Amino acid sequence: MNPTDTSNPDYFHKVVDCQWACPAHTDVPEYIRLIAQGRFSDAYIENRQSNVFPGILGRVCDRPCEPACRRSRVEDKPVAICRLKRVAADHRDDITHRLPRPPAKKNGKKVALIGAGCASLTVANDLCPLGYDVTIFEALDTTGGLMRTNIPRFRLPPAVLDEEISYIVDMGVDLKFEHRIESLKKLLDSKEFDAVFVGTGAPRGKNLEIPGRYDNDRIYIGIDWLESVAFEHIDTIGEQVLIIGVGNTAMDCCRTSLRLGAKTVKVMARKPRGFFKASDWELDDAEEEDVEIVVNHSPKEFVLENGKLTGMKFDIMEYKFDDNGGIDRGTAVDEVIIPCDDVILAIGQDNAFPWIERDIGIEFNEWDCPVVNKQTMMCSRDGVFFGGDSAFGPLNIIWAVAHGHEAAISIHKYCHDEDIYDRLPAGINLSSQKMGMHEWSYSNDYDPAARRLMPHVDLKERFKKLDIEVELGFTVEQTIQEVERCLNCDIQTVFAADLCIECDACIDICPVNCLTITVNGEEDELRGRLSAPAENRDQALYVSGDLPQTGRVMVKDEDLCVHCSLCAERCPTGAWDMQKSTVLLSYAADEAEDAKAAKITAA
Amino acid sequence: MTYIAKPKVAHPGLPRNKLGLTSRDYEGTVSTLCAGCGHDSVTTAIIQAVFELNIEPHNLAKMSGIGCSSKTPAYFVSQSHGFNAVHGRMPSVTTGANAANRDLTYIGVSGDGDSLSIGLGQFVHAIRRNLNMCYIIENNGVYGLTKGQFSASADIGSKPKKGMANQQEPIDSVSTALSLGATYIARSFSGDKEQLVPLIQGALLHDGFALVDVISPCVTFNDHEGSTKSYAHTRQFYHQVVDMDYVPPAEELKVAYDDGEAMPVELHDGSKIVLRKMDKRYDPTSRASSFKYLRDHFNRGEITTGLLYLDESRKEMHDLMGNVDTPLARLPLESLHPGADELRKILKRYR
Repeated sequence: MNPTDTSNPDYFHKVVDCQWACPAHTDVPEYIRLIAQGRFSDAYIENRQSNVFPGILGRVCDRPCEPACRRSRVEDKPVAICRLKRVAADHRDDITHRLPRPPAKKNGKKVALIGAGCASLTVANDLCPLGYDVTIFEALDTTGGLMRTNIPRFRLPPAVLDEEISYIVDMGVDLKFEHRIESLKKLLDSKEFDAVFVGTGAPRGKNLEIPGRYDNDRIYIGIDWLESVAFEHIDTIGEQVLIIGVGNTAMDCCRTSLRLGAKTVKVMARKPRGFFKASDWELDDAEEEDVEIVVNHSPKEFVLENGKLTGMKFDIMEYKFDDNGGIDRGTAVDEVIIPCDDVILAIGQDNAFPWIERDIGIEFNEWDCPVVNKQTMMCSRDGVFFGGDSAFGPLNIIWAVAHGHEAAISIHKYCHDEDIYDRLPAGINLSSQKMGMHEWSYSNDYDPAARRLMPHVDLKERFKKLDIEVELGFTVEQTIQEVERCLNCDIQTVFAADLCIECDACIDICPVNCLTITVNGEEDELRGRLSAPAENRDQALYVSGDLPQTGRVMVKDEDLCVHCSLCAERCPTGAWDMQKSTVLLSYAADEAEDAKAAKITAA
Repeated sequence: MTYIAKPKVAHPGLPRNKLGLTSRDYEGTVSTLCAGCGHDSVTTAIIQAVFELNIEPHNLAKMSGIGCSSKTPAYFVSQSHGFNAVHGRMPSVTTGANAANRDLTYIGVSGDGDSLSIGLGQFVHAIRRNLNMCYIIENNGVYGLTKGQFSASADIGSKPKKGMANQQEPIDSVSTALSLGATYIARSFSGDKEQLVPLIQGALLHDGFALVDVISPCVTFNDHEGSTKSYAHTRQFYHQVVDMDYVPPAEELKVAYDDGEAMPVELHDGSKIVLRKMDKRYDPTSRASSFKYLRDHFNRGEITTGLLYLDESRKEMHDLMGNVDTPLARLPLESLHPGADELRKILKRYR
């Protein structure tokens, strides 16, 4: 193999699995260390820089960081990254003075954001400090979009939403409530705005076209039903409720039903366990509340007696597993009627753009979604940008934030007649963490503590009201233990081949056998003959140049390194060093700074 | 040195031996030697060798004297027996231990100072007795613990960090052992575990005195230019003559060896060691020709490594003395101590 090119910022970034997996690339290890030092406000600001809504995401993020966490490969459970984010939000001091502020003088550019959800709010967050006049058009009479209408209050209290949204809105965003944009053409033709951003989500819940669907009024579409509950248009439900589908919306529907008076709630899944769309922790939380998840039941028809819904008929399915652990389409082996009073359909969401005319230069793809560039977030019509669920279909909040940041950069460049593809490259800073003979600037000792469990409100207590937040947040003791579980993957093992004397000290001390000095070879073959076989192909091999004494190479399998620093500690020549990597991400403000600097240089 | 203990976390895919243990279970406390010390690599090689041989920790006895090398038994197989003896006295303490319990596997770790200066008399007599043990000399040519004075194994012309080059003839443990009739003699290098681990395994299984002299550079006091025991010098003048593979009992010889280049030797437990000659002219069963070859190459400045001499025919101490198979420590008192009447009868025979 060729020596690893560590000058490519992506190499060390990928080693920080959590940060790489996060669409917004939140610097997780850094904020966990800040929490460990009791610097909650700093940890909050570190978070806000990339993910904008630490308090909200600390409760309801889909947490792509956690399955990626190296700790889950070394032992069982990942670091409770999301819960720690909430600790930063819960314990921060007043940070309003540290928030970005709009300049005294506006820059004269006007931007329209359609929808007041997380994507649009992120764009506003990035553009207001640059002097943009930002207008948000919102169909409802409140902000937050799906975060407010679809996520129940017992998971995300409105106060948390209000506070974090106000940080953005208070920068002078012009909010136009109950102002549904019915025609994009009209908005564009008005030429009132220099750029338009669409952040309208995926607002149409999928329907289930089976017999009996329209013959009564006790069958609801999940996201619409949750919205009605959020706005208190619905405050009761029957005793027996069936939820169709087993995604995260289904989990919110079943738990909300219990709080509206349902006695038995069943979540009906077409497939077996392991093929559910819901996140594991959301399933756990629902099952803790005694929701029954019924597998291998495929909906067939609604059963009505005298026009009243009495039950639902299902095919009982059987699946064949293939060698890769996948399943076939399944065959019906039996059928069953399950009695119920209400049915909530939570089988997915679609995008819907009835308000975008198809003759205004915006290209739509085969799924009737606009064609959006993944880097710039611009569609085929110049000056119109998309983000969040409206761009590529339903994802989650953290993706919407990531889209918002990218769109803000594009909008800024577009409004200043710059090339929107000519963006600042990603960078990385490396700095040694050696503080003394045996001292490192970070807590490098491996702590074998198991993942802390989130304390919950008592099972009886929590159903009394719809808005009792179930998760209590980590206690101080839990926080102290959980932060030590982080492996500090951003403290990189950096190797200087020319200093190595091949004494094997690093190889001998490495607790997880990730180092080998050996004759170079092709990757496939090399992976098989290391100190421990490197079977995880998703994780890179860090290969050095030829070593001075024998011409062999140092190979590090990044997979299970616990970043304990012992290789550097045992290295007599300093060939190994522990260096903190800081990924340099660019936001709209950085692009503006860069352009300003370029102008000064040119002058 | 480091004071951060090696964390208990381990690679989930770590192999287990027949006892269900991983190599991590054969570790000791964290080393307090200098970072980069060759001795730590020898420690790792011992751990690997003992792990692969499925030796139960409580059936292993680690013996040592004084010196950097003699500290290392603390760094491997914590659950075994151990004795840290007076300077140079490890061979006689091991003789005593072995006399009492011949069932244990004895591994002595010593250094060039401990074995070739203060303990030279002990070393040669252990060979004479053909004491059944694996005797490792971690050979770095200096007294590291007292800041780097030359030891008896320093080569003529080797430069110290400060001061004058060595002028005295070195004592070579390998030729010494060869002249005394040791039955298993090997030399290796701490930086070559591929060679070292099987050599230690063979030494542990050999019935009799097995010497493994390991060039183990002192990274602090003897790893500079002009030193003949540095990592760089050892690698440059490394000369392997007979490599060795260890084949566990009841396992077929998988690798095909060319005639004349491979010599399988069966050990008492049914396992085999296969000698692989890298130099066809070398004969590891002939004391006379081995001696000549070693001297010739020594004079050329080369470091000859591998399994240099093997003799499975000589009896070890207990068999020479005709002792019972049961360890004396386990014999009942009445067998060991026949009583005053019996003693009187025996004495009578000599009157």
